[in-house]
Amino acid sequence: MADSDSHLKSLDYSVLQQCMHCGMCLPTCPTYDATRLERNSPRGRIALMRAIADGELEATRTFAEEMYFCLGCLACMTACPADVNYAELFEHARAEAEKSGELKSVKRRLIRGVTLEWLFMDLRRLRGLGRLMRLYQQSGLQTLIRRSGVLRLLPKRMRELEAMTPTIEKAFSGRLISPLTPPRGQKRYRVAVLTGCAQDLVFSSVNRDTVTVLSRNGCEVVTPAQQGCCGSLHAHNGEWEYAQTLARRQIDQFPPGEYDAIISNAAGCGSHLKHFSKLLADDPDYCEASKEWDSKLKDVHEWLVEIGFESPKVNGSAMETQHVTYHEACHLCHGQQIFKAPRTVLKGIPNLELTELAESTWCCGSAGIYNLIQPEMATDLLHRKVGHIRKTGADVVATGNPGCLLQIINGLENEPRSYRVVHPVTLLAEAYRREKTDVVSEGAETLQPASVGHEVAQ
Amino acid sequence: MPLSDALIERLQQIVGKENVLAEAEDLIPYSFDGTAALRQRPDCVAFVRTPEEVADVLKLGNETGTPIVTRGAGTGLSGGSLPSKEAIVMCTVHMNQILELDRANLTLLAEPGATTQAVAKAAEEAGLFYPPDPGSMKISTIGGNVAENSGGLRGLKYGVTRNYVMGMEVVLPTGEITWLGNKCVKDVAGYSLKDLFVGSEGTLGVITKVLLRLIPRPRAKRTMVATFARMDQAAEAVSAIIADHIIPCTLEFLDRTTIHCVEDYAQIGLPLDCEALLLMETDGHPAVVEEEAEEMQRICRENHCKEVRVAQDAQEATRLASARRSAFSALARVCPTTILEDATVPRSELAEMVRFVERVAKRYELKIGTFGHMGDGNLHPTFLTNEKNADEMHRVEEAFKEIFEEAIRLGGSITGEHGVGLAKKPFLPRFVGDTSMHVMRQFRQTLDPNAILNPGKIFD
Ligand SMILES: Cc1cc2nc3c(=O)[nH]c(=O)nc-3n(C[C@H](O)[C@H](O)[C@H](O)COP(=O)(O)OP(=O)(O)OC[C@H]3O[C@@H](n4cnc5c(N)ncnc54)[C@H](O)[C@@H]3O)c2cc1C
Ligand code: SF4
Ligand code: SF4
Repeated sequence: MADSDSHLKSLDYSVLQQCMHCGMCLPTCPTYDATRLERNSPRGRIALMRAIADGELEATRTFAEEMYFCLGCLACMTACPADVNYAELFEHARAEAEKSGELKSVKRRLIRGVTLEWLFMDLRRLRGLGRLMRLYQQSGLQTLIRRSGVLRLLPKRMRELEAMTPTIEKAFSGRLISPLTPPRGQKRYRVAVLTGCAQDLVFSSVNRDTVTVLSRNGCEVVTPAQQGCCGSLHAHNGEWEYAQTLARRQIDQFPPGEYDAIISNAAGCGSHLKHFSKLLADDPDYCEASKEWDSKLKDVHEWLVEIGFESPKVNGSAMETQHVTYHEACHLCHGQQIFKAPRTVLKGIPNLELTELAESTWCCGSAGIYNLIQPEMATDLLHRKVGHIRKTGADVVATGNPGCLLQIINGLENEPRSYRVVHPVTLLAEAYRREKTDVVSEGAETLQPASVGHEVAQ
Repeated sequence: MPLSDALIERLQQIVGKENVLAEAEDLIPYSFDGTAALRQRPDCVAFVRTPEEVADVLKLGNETGTPIVTRGAGTGLSGGSLPSKEAIVMCTVHMNQILELDRANLTLLAEPGATTQAVAKAAEEAGLFYPPDPGSMKISTIGGNVAENSGGLRGLKYGVTRNYVMGMEVVLPTGEITWLGNKCVKDVAGYSLKDLFVGSEGTLGVITKVLLRLIPRPRAKRTMVATFARMDQAAEAVSAIIADHIIPCTLEFLDRTTIHCVEDYAQIGLPLDCEALLLMETDGHPAVVEEEAEEMQRICRENHCKEVRVAQDAQEATRLASARRSAFSALARVCPTTILEDATVPRSELAEMVRFVERVAKRYELKIGTFGHMGDGNLHPTFLTNEKNADEMHRVEEAFKEIFEEAIRLGGSITGEHGVGLAKKPFLPRFVGDTSMHVMRQFRQTLDPNAILNPGKIFD
């Protein structure tokens, strides 16, 4: 891959050819739905990629922009009768776009340089930044600055971004979770939990809750404090080689042979983490290990259902009914084809009423860092999502991906009603904590109060 | 020679600058429809929004001798909306409103770019039913359906698109706007011109409004699946059901190759030692449905089915139907190129035809899975191949020829629902004969003297 000059030309042609341009993906594609232009549709994008592979088109600026207008939501993969691997095509196409240099601008270079090449290559840096932001928020500086009105001096886009900055958690996973959490009761499995980057920064409590529910269901849980980035952000943004480096580091840190399962609770990461064998196919040292890795990698909901998680033994009637609706993270439903498991988890919680969300599998606009680079499309999608949430009457929105959690929290901020936006695992963990038996055996976990989730304050 | 800038400018004046595409990156995605292995890049694409705009674009075409190809969703399977050389593609996707639902006359008026699904949903919301359900209905346009006279799974009992078209507004190739048909159930004033436009594959005019007939929703439905060791047994069961005066709304089959592919893909637990799987549905009045379902099971058993299963509730019905519904997906993922054919024979010859396709597959060393509409004799032999393999593609073509010849010999048709377009064009003259070809040519010439509308499709 590295020496060829075109990612798309060196790609196995049959992946492109697999698209029979039937159009069945069109009605599920949010960008096509918005514009009705074939160029903005899955089969249109695949046609452009194929034109490049065939040498009929150069990787032009328009092509590059098109590849970044695509959300990467993978709804087209769910709809496709021919099993076209759009995820793979999309990553190669973005890599092609990067290689073409068509999108080079100083600002873009700087943003990508700082995020993809520096911040996310070593998560200590990310956590360092997180600490700074936490200081900014907790010191009252953020409130002060927001009130002062100086923000109005910033350009509109910068103001919007400031408003979107997530609230950083009080403590990161490394402090919340001990490196080894014993199982409650008999040990049935040994698993590792990947704490992720965004998850760790903004939703470290979700990591803690993940460990809680796993340990409660007989898993011995390994959660090292220092973990690397999985590289999904890099792969989705055309930085193929960085993604490979990060994949190798993951496998080194968690040799798959030592675990029954390696657990991800962030859908976006999970859907990338499950395909290391494709990423490292040409690496003789990692080829075998990456295959085993892929087979061991499980989304937390998937794993809980697979091992037959126990319903919390609590007196349901004593609990207030929770009215919950479920938004399906693209990379869980489309990327990993996991539809049922999160609902099974939610329905296993006593006194939880699940109301289906219309268009639950339609992208909320978060899409990795899409909301940062395509704000208009992202905002339209968010409004559409919020409209559907309103209609459910639920006041809790559950979703299994940090990007979606953040996006929906932002979307619901100005609603007259107050909502709680949480990871399904958090709801399950809370119910377990209500169980009569004490929770002494959960190591560092007991040091923290029960999670409060993310209230959208009014 | 590419279209001149002057022409593109005039097009922009008609539909607005933002509705004309002329850059390579915009045009490449309009170089195909749903048909395998056909590609032609248009010179420009124009999005129309009113009948008047359509008329002006057509007049411009006549004036400058520029070919114009109407395109709906581009899901056609015979190359109907594939751009002709140096053509303007005129796309209807923005004309997508449901204009009226008349509850007293049970009709629905829609713009041509409304999806089949949107039409079906509007009918359903009014407690009514629009039966034609092509597999592409989530995205195919009603204009495309009328132009192709599309079928679906319910053809045996409910007919095809034609049976629901009561009228339409069309723009003739020379730019006149006219209305054909009306809301009357009875109307014999003059030739039924609307019927000529149904299935005209975008060659006689551009449909700008469609008036559709709706029917009351059937109140009950029963779904059953039966498996047979031999295709003949399934065919005999179907004949016996119909001889018993039962017209099920669905009578669909899968052949052995398809059953294997579906099982590989969906692991439903289908028996792999069967030559045929039959999906049967009966709908209507609850009491009649019950009675018919009983009869159909009895007939299947009498014809030595291995097993017959009846869905107890809607959920199970969906599960049973999933084997048939996933047939195309299961086949399409096997090879890079999937060619879906639609040869059709009289119902009585269906088993014979399936066997013939199997023999052809063996002889030409091809992988062909056949499924389709057993009730109406419409087969979908699906070729699983690779267009990059020239040798294999040659064998595919030879196999096609044999299959069409055989379909004709058995009293059938070269296409049951996908149309002639480009894909079946070479086979049409032999199928319909010289006189019919002559009449069709004259008719088309009268309407389109400058041959600008979808030239090269169906026949030259
Ligand atoms: C997965 C799949 C499943 C399918 N299943 C079925 C099936 O079950 N039954 C079936 O019959 N077909 C089926 N088809 C074929 C296809 O979907 C139908 O032919 C459909 O009617 C085409 O509609 P469209 O909007 O995509 O038309 P297009 O492909 O865009 O155009 C088809 C033809 O209609 C003409 N046309 C389009 N709009 C107009 C208009 N407003 N006025 C005049 N002419 C017009 C075009 O010029 C062209 O000749 C299937 C296709 C796919 C890909
Ligand atoms: S559904 Fe699949 S095969 Fe069909 S056009 Fe879309 S990507 Fe291509
Ligand atoms: S990934 Fe999403 S936005 Fe991109 S082509 Fe597929 S459906 Fe459309």
